[in-house]
Amino acid sequence: MKKTVAEFSVDYYQVLDKDGNPDNALMPKLSDAELKHMYETMLFIRAFDLKAFNMQRQGRIGTYIQVAGQEASQVGAALAMEDQDILFPSFRETGMLIARKHPMYRLLMYWNGDERGLFNEEDIKNFPIAIPVGTHIPHAIGAGWAARLQGKKQVAVGVFGDGATSKGDFHEGLNIGEVFKANTVLFCQNNQWAISVPRDQQTKSETIAQKAISYGVECVQVDGNDIIAVYIIMKKALDKARNGGGPTFIEALTYRIGDHSTSDDAKKYRNEAEAIKAKELDPVIRMEKFLGKKDLWTQEYKDDLLKRYAEDIEKEVEKFEAQPDPKPQDMFTSLYEKMPERLERQMKEFGF
Amino acid sequence: MVVATIVSAVNMALRQEMKRDPKVMVLGEDVGLDGGVFRATDGLIKEFGSDRVCDAPLAELGIVGTSIGLAINGMKPVAEIEFSGFMYATMDQILSHAVRIRTRSRGSFTCPMVIRTPYGGGIRALELHCESGESIFAHIPGLKMVIPSNPYDAKGLLASAIRDPDPVIFYEPMRIYRAIKQDIPEEEYTVPIGKAQIVQEGSQITVISYGSMFKQSMDAVAKMNGKYSVELIDLRTISPLDEDAIINSVKKTGRCVVVHEAPKTCGFAAEIIAQINEKALLSLQAPVARVTSPDVPFPFSKLENHYFPSQERIIKAIEGVMSF
Repeated sequence: MKKTVAEFSVDYYQVLDKDGNPDNALMPKLSDAELKHMYETMLFIRAFDLKAFNMQRQGRIGTYIQVAGQEASQVGAALAMEDQDILFPSFRETGMLIARKHPMYRLLMYWNGDERGLFNEEDIKNFPIAIPVGTHIPHAIGAGWAARLQGKKQVAVGVFGDGATSKGDFHEGLNIGEVFKANTVLFCQNNQWAISVPRDQQTKSETIAQKAISYGVECVQVDGNDIIAVYIIMKKALDKARNGGGPTFIEALTYRIGDHSTSDDAKKYRNEAEAIKAKELDPVIRMEKFLGKKDLWTQEYKDDLLKRYAEDIEKEVEKFEAQPDPKPQDMFTSLYEKMPERLERQMKEFGF
Repeated sequence: MVVATIVSAVNMALRQEMKRDPKVMVLGEDVGLDGGVFRATDGLIKEFGSDRVCDAPLAELGIVGTSIGLAINGMKPVAEIEFSGFMYATMDQILSHAVRIRTRSRGSFTCPMVIRTPYGGGIRALELHCESGESIFAHIPGLKMVIPSNPYDAKGLLASAIRDPDPVIFYEPMRIYRAIKQDIPEEEYTVPIGKAQIVQEGSQITVISYGSMFKQSMDAVAKMNGKYSVELIDLRTISPLDEDAIINSVKKTGRCVVVHEAPKTCGFAAEIIAQINEKALLSLQAPVARVTSPDVPFPFSKLENHYFPSQERIIKAIEGVMSF
């Protein structure tokens, strides 16, 4: 006997096409103010991203990892979250962290080698940035599981790139997440490149999204350069998790316009024509076209915003540059709640 | 008082801590209906339900990784890794994340979790079931490494580990899980982490051990019928290390033998000897000896009795140091 025992499909969502025309059947009810807030947040993040990149080039911060091209994915996902939710970011989530009110001067501190940059100043939980790829996915699952066990209406959101889905952490996390119905959303920004390895070399899966099907986790693919589509899909997944429905895996299709990091030169391995073509799908421009059709956008409006943002960012830069260096004894005192005697002695031996 | 073995003491500590604090939960492979392969979690699922006693998928990295997430968001997970040989799949989660969360976030998040695992050989188990990796963990800053050698300490130290605000590895000596029967209090108590115990006072030589090899050392000393006045120290915790207990004893006796089951090179004895060199060198009347396993992987069961320290080797080392 032979029969088909399971069949699967993956849905794809896009609300705004590349020219900013909305699919009215999918368009959610969002006020003009909400739409403008989405755009303004993306524009702000693009301005901050460029500033941070330039500061690295000027030697004012150590390393920086650019967001450029992924603003719709990051802002759409972050704005759909509630303050009480917990974000588990990887290193490219500066956009999400800013949208989630992580102080910018602290982000600059982090990228300049100061651990105090990861301190949560606001009453919003943003977990420390994960540097080893994908290893934070089980943390987002565990935190979402803890939320369910404690009856909290809270969701943990793990964010990572396409490369992370090749790691065991991703697979073990997803599997456990569904088994224990964690209040978790896993949000993958498939930006087509993991440093120098392209998407089709990362995996031969037709989609990244379908990897979740193996674990019984609901999955969906979304146009990651369409902020409205990202926002509504994310909101739906968050609502489901918040109400005990378990995890969802979202693959947002986007593109890394810049290099992997400030220590990398993508020209070595990436056809420049591809990057130039990707700019046609620019998420910020797409939203401008959409808002323009609704008479909510003009060049002057944008120029005014950019002028204001440059001033706001400059204030954060000044605050960052005014921070005194951390004290050497912080290395010792911040490790345990109560420092063991042996470590206290070492601290003295080191002269702190 | 109640008669307990190490494994039943572990079970008692888990039960008492789960009763005391609703945030405490247990997760691992076969910890639920099966009660754990050594029965350490026996009966817990019946008493506390499957939300707090979780039969996890067969994924060590995932168990430890999700425990971190549980810990940072209000729960107190006690993860069981079925055998210590399976711990290595979880190293990235422990080393790169668990121990760094408090310092990296400057206290915004903390990671109060315990990983329990049976360790060491001596029960003719399969390969990779018998590892003694304690030095690897003791080398990781921010991690506490606890290794009880008897039922009383197993219960009290596990209670302390569960109440600890930072990550703790709890190594349970598999070969003596049921070998020692001891009267221990039924009510809850704690044994502090980081304090060694002088089990027998003596004036001529200090014998230092912990976990599975403590009983072996004690039995070896007993076999010598009081030939020397031996001070026996059970470290109980190797990180943080009770330096004072070691140094004060060696200053008194002037001679020392360290015994452990892990391989020799970079084994924990090396750290103890370095401590003695730094702080008690001039009190020494003989070089400090170490009785360890050789620098080879833990062998299959046919050879295991040739691998870890035997009572004969311990006696030989004591005689060697005494006659130096």
